[in-house]
Amino acid sequence: MKLAADLKNIQKHYDLGAVIVKALRGVTVEFPEGDFVAIMGASGSGKSTLLNLLGGLDRPTYGEYILGGHDVSQLTDDELSRIRNQMIGFIFQSYNLIPQYTVIENIEVPLHYRPGYPAISSKDRNRCIDLATKVGLADRLDHRPYQLSGGQQQRVAIARAMVNDPEIILADEPTGNLDSATEEEIMQLLEGLNNEGRTIIMVTHENLVARRTKRQIYMKDGLIAGEGIFPG
Amino acid sequence: MFQTIRTIRLALKSLMLHKLRSGLTMLGIVFGVFSVIAMLAIGEGASAQAQKQVLELGATNIIVTSVKPPQGAKKDDASTRVLSYGLLRSDYDLLTSNIPTITKGIPIREIAQEFRYLDNTIHGRLAGCTTDYLEVNHLEMTRGRFLTESDQKYMMNVAVIASEIAESLFQYNDPVGKSIQFNGDYYKIIGVTRRRTASAAIGGSLSGQDYNKDVYIPLKTFQVRIGDLIFQRQTGSFSAEEVELNQITLQVRNKDDVIPTADVIRETLGQTHGDKQDYAVVVPLELLKQADQLRLIFNVVLGSIAAISLIVGGIGIMNIMLATVTERTREIGIRRALGARQRDIIVQFLIETIVLSGTGGVIGVLMGLMTPYTFIGIKLFVDKFILNKSKGVSEVGRIFTEMEPQVAYWSLPLAFGISVGIGILFGIYPARSAAKMDPIEALRHE
Repeated sequence: MKLAADLKNIQKHYDLGAVIVKALRGVTVEFPEGDFVAIMGASGSGKSTLLNLLGGLDRPTYGEYILGGHDVSQLTDDELSRIRNQMIGFIFQSYNLIPQYTVIENIEVPLHYRPGYPAISSKDRNRCIDLATKVGLADRLDHRPYQLSGGQQQRVAIARAMVNDPEIILADEPTGNLDSATEEEIMQLLEGLNNEGRTIIMVTHENLVARRTKRQIYMKDGLIAGEGIFPG
Repeated sequence: MFQTIRTIRLALKSLMLHKLRSGLTMLGIVFGVFSVIAMLAIGEGASAQAQKQVLELGATNIIVTSVKPPQGAKKDDASTRVLSYGLLRSDYDLLTSNIPTITKGIPIREIAQEFRYLDNTIHGRLAGCTTDYLEVNHLEMTRGRFLTESDQKYMMNVAVIASEIAESLFQYNDPVGKSIQFNGDYYKIIGVTRRRTASAAIGGSLSGQDYNKDVYIPLKTFQVRIGDLIFQRQTGSFSAEEVELNQITLQVRNKDDVIPTADVIRETLGQTHGDKQDYAVVVPLELLKQADQLRLIFNVVLGSIAAISLIVGGIGIMNIMLATVTERTREIGIRRALGARQRDIIVQFLIETIVLSGTGGVIGVLMGLMTPYTFIGIKLFVDKFILNKSKGVSEVGRIFTEMEPQVAYWSLPLAFGISVGIGILFGIYPARSAAKMDPIEALRHE
């Protein structure tokens, strides 16, 4: 079984001057390709820090992180940017769309930062439209984020996360701001992506959401406390 | 390339989000660029005027004038009550006959005089001169004719008067054919010259000349009727001056001969006058070169004053860009998460600043091109609304009338270049601070 991401004894310390906060204290975990994982835990347990490290937004203080066969724990800032662009798709709790852009332009944003900076071709444009259609926004292409509901905005974010065909999709409480009906739609979309073979790692603290994933990781005090359905 | 076009479009989009803010920020640069161009235009106009004045003196002319020696020099010599100085008729003959490069010479004798017609009197300048005086001083006739060779030869009692003399002595009557009285004699008026702008004083060597209060008579008539000796009566004393010629204007064959000829003249006069410093040699061509240097200094000073306002505009841009960066922290975080490198963020904000300052620069250049028209507008406004009640030529109106800005075309790309440069200079810091942000913090920013 091929691993999408492999973490070995990852530690993350924050130097706050007077004290050193150890947000992660040695996390070792493997994510096989096609996995659908929920990371759970109380606030301060280190789950967000773990997600940031997985997404290449930060570097671990110690440890080794293999992503798609590359060790990314010691990369430079520019190389990390490239990893984020090519191998990671982000979905955030608060959607994080760019307000002055339309739906289609928001989906295109990662394409602007592709290596070599090629121009956006009509093929790229069609891919964006296909993705928008797939998440059910074919008739909203020229709307701006403020004209959309929360569920629709999150679907734009999912389409954007898919545009560069990443190895892993990282979702930080993707349904946290949504009502249960919309939550259901988003979860179905994510399940659909996972069924296509995409690896999805999701931070959540809702049991109902976590229950729909294949695997749950419970974190406590910067360490993995257990796996399986919580409370399990 | 595609990336740049894309980034420019992106920048325009972001700037259009805050139209008023972008517009006001741009205004700083607009006025900065405009004032650089306008200031240089004023400087250029002033120097063009100076050059025109020098050229009116004639680039191929050399002017030799009499200079009254310092009073103290002869005070102990009580026997000579009569102060005798200046150029001699023999100097004139010597210069015109012995120097081959000199093609023409005009001897001039002039005094201050009161002129009379019936009950009207006016003070002016009486000049004895020759036929060529008209041409060399760019004078034109409105009525009658100028002095001729035969007037000279027969020492005729004829006079040509200037416009202001004609106006005040004859009002609406035609002066030609009438007689003007001065120094006890009557002179028949044969012509009137057109109004001419007064020439300004150039340095300390040549005093300004108002051609509109002149009366011209043949030089020989002057010598015979008035003579070389002029008495001045003052309370308690009187003094006399004896001067043969006040000025000799010499025309040289071509421009290249001017400087060497001037040297020869200085040498010749040095021999005949000895150490008596009672003459001066003025070379308009030399003055022209001085005027060029002066223009450079003038432009640098005015330009740097205007450049200060450009810097103020640049600070305005930096201020707004810093605010924009803070405001868009979250957008920066999103872009970083989606794969933007630090460089990409720097380029994005820098281009935004350059678009802002560049657009301001273009508008400023367009406004700068309008400078001469703006001045006409100010002139009209001042005349119409501020001075409509007061009569006569106002001082303010005159200042604006005399200023004729000329847009220096080299200043347009210069000012535009500076405005873009200011955009880069003042945009670098905000752009760098945007790029240096921690993406995780930026994403969390509300």
